[in-house]
Amino acid sequence: MEREAAAETAAVQGADPHPTHHPMKLTLHVWRQKTRTAPGEMVTYPLDGISPEQSFLEMLDHLNETLIRRGEEPVAFDHDCREGICGSCALMINGLAHGPERGTASCQLHMRSFRDGDHVYVEPWRAAAFPVVKDLATDRSAFDRIIAAGGFVGVNTGGAPDGNALPIAKVDQDRAMDAAACIGCGACVAACPNASAMLFVAAKVSHLAQLPQGQPERRERAQAMVGQHDREGFGHCTNINECQAACPKEISVEHIAQLNRDYVTSTVSAVVKG
Amino acid sequence: MVGLARKAGLGPPYETGETMKLEPKVPGGPLAEKWTRYKQDQRLINPANKARFTVAVVGTGLAGGSAAATLAELGYRVLCFCFQDSPRRAHSIAAQGGINAAKNYRNDGDSVHRLYYDTVKGGDFRSREANVHRLAEVSVDIIDQCVAQGVPFAREYGGLLDTRSFGGAQLQRTFYCRGQTGQQLLLGAYQALARQIGYGAVKMYPRCEMLDLVTVDGRARGIVTRHLETGKVESFAADAVVLATGGYANAFYLSTNANGCNVTAAYRAHKRGAAFANPCFTQIHPTCIPVSGDHQAKLTLMSESLRNDGRVWVPKSQGDVGKHPTSIPDAGRDYFLERKYPSYGNLAPRDISSRSAKEVCDEGRGVGPSGRGVYLDFADAIRRQGENRIREKYGNLFEMYERITAEDAYRQPMRIYPALHYTMGGLWVDYELQSTVPGLFVIGEANFSDHGANRLGASALMQGLADGYFVLPYTLTNWLAGQRPGLTPTDHPEFKRTEAEAADRLKKLLAVKGKKTPVEFHRQLGQVLWDHVGMARNRQSLETALQKIRAIREEFWGNVSVPGNDLDLNSALERANRVSDFMEFGELLTRDALAREESCGAHFRTEYQQTGDDGNPNGECERDDDHYQHVAAWEYAGPDRDPVRHAEPLAFEVAKPTRRSYK
Repeated sequence: MEREAAAETAAVQGADPHPTHHPMKLTLHVWRQKTRTAPGEMVTYPLDGISPEQSFLEMLDHLNETLIRRGEEPVAFDHDCREGICGSCALMINGLAHGPERGTASCQLHMRSFRDGDHVYVEPWRAAAFPVVKDLATDRSAFDRIIAAGGFVGVNTGGAPDGNALPIAKVDQDRAMDAAACIGCGACVAACPNASAMLFVAAKVSHLAQLPQGQPERRERAQAMVGQHDREGFGHCTNINECQAACPKEISVEHIAQLNRDYVTSTVSAVVKG
Repeated sequence: MVGLARKAGLGPPYETGETMKLEPKVPGGPLAEKWTRYKQDQRLINPANKARFTVAVVGTGLAGGSAAATLAELGYRVLCFCFQDSPRRAHSIAAQGGINAAKNYRNDGDSVHRLYYDTVKGGDFRSREANVHRLAEVSVDIIDQCVAQGVPFAREYGGLLDTRSFGGAQLQRTFYCRGQTGQQLLLGAYQALARQIGYGAVKMYPRCEMLDLVTVDGRARGIVTRHLETGKVESFAADAVVLATGGYANAFYLSTNANGCNVTAAYRAHKRGAAFANPCFTQIHPTCIPVSGDHQAKLTLMSESLRNDGRVWVPKSQGDVGKHPTSIPDAGRDYFLERKYPSYGNLAPRDISSRSAKEVCDEGRGVGPSGRGVYLDFADAIRRQGENRIREKYGNLFEMYERITAEDAYRQPMRIYPALHYTMGGLWVDYELQSTVPGLFVIGEANFSDHGANRLGASALMQGLADGYFVLPYTLTNWLAGQRPGLTPTDHPEFKRTEAEAADRLKKLLAVKGKKTPVEFHRQLGQVLWDHVGMARNRQSLETALQKIRAIREEFWGNVSVPGNDLDLNSALERANRVSDFMEFGELLTRDALAREESCGAHFRTEYQQTGDDGNPNGECERDDDHYQHVAAWEYAGPDRDPVRHAEPLAFEVAKPTRRSYK
């Protein structure tokens, strides 16, 4: 009966289950920069035939296909999994890291978020610690060096105790997982007026601080990662919280509070011991 | 045309192989003791001497990342390469479901033997038994290792590890981290790798793509790479080379793989002497979001777990396909999986579900704008369990679906369609994971060994980490112990020659200056493979594919357009180079499918089906164990010669081959 009623409603409304979408025309303004040291500039490309079903990166593919057919060099941008998990894609879209949708990486942003005739500005992450490699691709290896400085549990392969030897409360586990969801894209840095990577650092520190496995190196970890963060040229955190708003995984700034506690505790303990 | 024409009654269609020897090197003894015996008898290298050996690891997914970290911990000098900008981004990161392990934490009767048996049976008896048993044995160590690294596996309220059943398994042996298990396992391996990079034990080369393998007197001596930012083509010498370069699903253009996944490293190694095994074993996953248009660059997988609660259907009549799904009454719907496979229903295995979906779409009953889609309907589950419960279980998936399609799956059914997802075939390796080129080892999805003709859910992560953490570190040590350490200088003529060949190929691509983009060729190739070498294949479709692929390849070298130069980041050049290998490889894949005149696992030849009760073919694989119970390993014979098919016979001492039935 319910289904028949629904059938009637649908028939009355004439609802199309998959409405067809009209192609859009946009004016793109894209940052082009040949190499790390070459001067860059915004270049304007009118582009039509864009389907609202396309993802933002597929729209850029479309632009690149057009450019290649004209014998021009395609726009370089980092991308890989295109399902919001690898953290490769990194675009400032109309001044927002990963564009207008909340909790969405550039690759999962779809063109239905834009309107026919829009002007769209596409730029690389802007931060001294993320130099431009070419066009929209940046060098985010600073993140790898921060992890290498201490973002791990220092155990070698082999000799691990049974996985169930160490019970972990579900709530700690969940909190660790919330932080561990970070994809290392760098949107937090791009969104921060200070170009601070504190949310990235905090996500790893907090992930491991919630778990018993992370305790032996907990203090050194916070010190080492923050130290490397500063040496890489990222700015300081002044609690503006733009990072949280831009994060495609919606990682909370509460983890920065956790990092601060660990950092202060370890600094104090170093002073007391010293 | 060796191996392509089998005369009836004359035995298997392969040469016994005079040029290439396939020695599986499986240790003696009862199946369950082989690995233990191997480790007891293997040769060792003392810790101080390990530093005299250099190992090049290519790829930083679960297999490569875990291997590079572990080898460095043991004391080897490790060079590690990935094409991504960071080793943390390899495609293992996108795996959603989970990782199997025979822990038996559930007290539900699991054991190493059961995991081994399920994997061999799931692979339709086309994998090497001893390798699979070893995989099941080390599966338990993987979980312990990952927990120690801080991988946040799901827990129960009592604090112990949670598990779930997956992919129709009767046991709850799958460990998981929400819907992002691959990410967390990869970050665990990446962090272990980063630690070794920080110590200086691993030298990491990101944005560095392998272009070729360097062999001297038949032994792997190093690799040639291109730095993707500077364009520099460069050689690296090593005592052993480890390929962990993933699968080749992107040969089909549209797949669930990341955009950058490619076959180049594996295929170029093949051209240097490494046999390529079972390339036709390609897995198609039934629950992906359908293609929405020509613009599409990849397909997105929706976790298979959705089939636990969703019902799959299409309209009974073609006339109803354009109607709103909620307006079609039950009587007008064909729940085709429930109808055809009453005991498994919507949980029928991946290959069977995929083919059934294709069938109903071929009949013109597919839904959605492209007509290539079937409904996955949660209305009954929501009515029974409540929307909240469904949201709890699948909330993130429903959200992802809505983001991509702008449709609310709580209100109307999802649309799904099968897509290429994983490739069981890969470079041939022996029990020690060494290819037919001495010194070249292959791990993870890039090798062929553990999944046979079909991979079970939650087994890919297990295999990648097993190879990297717990198998290769032993077998590589055993091999290196018999070698004298010392690098071939990179100005050796073989290095120079290989480097020049790789660089020339890039120059050649730039020089064509044609009219079509590399992506257009890639899409064309993918369409041919999907249409003719996809879910269902037959002699005619495969022969058509061979002709078409050759035609595309010919056109490619005369009409591809690659702007720019080879001196900086050039995504068109990268793509063109990868596509050029996919085209050659696509031919090998097709040839393998043609030569395997049986159906098994994911390889479905319409000519070879079981007969149903009604006397008609019933869509189930008809294996031919008498002639095809072997691994097909292809030897490259030169650019203008047909490759040679060799066979490694498979013997099953413990698991006796049975017929799969899911009725």
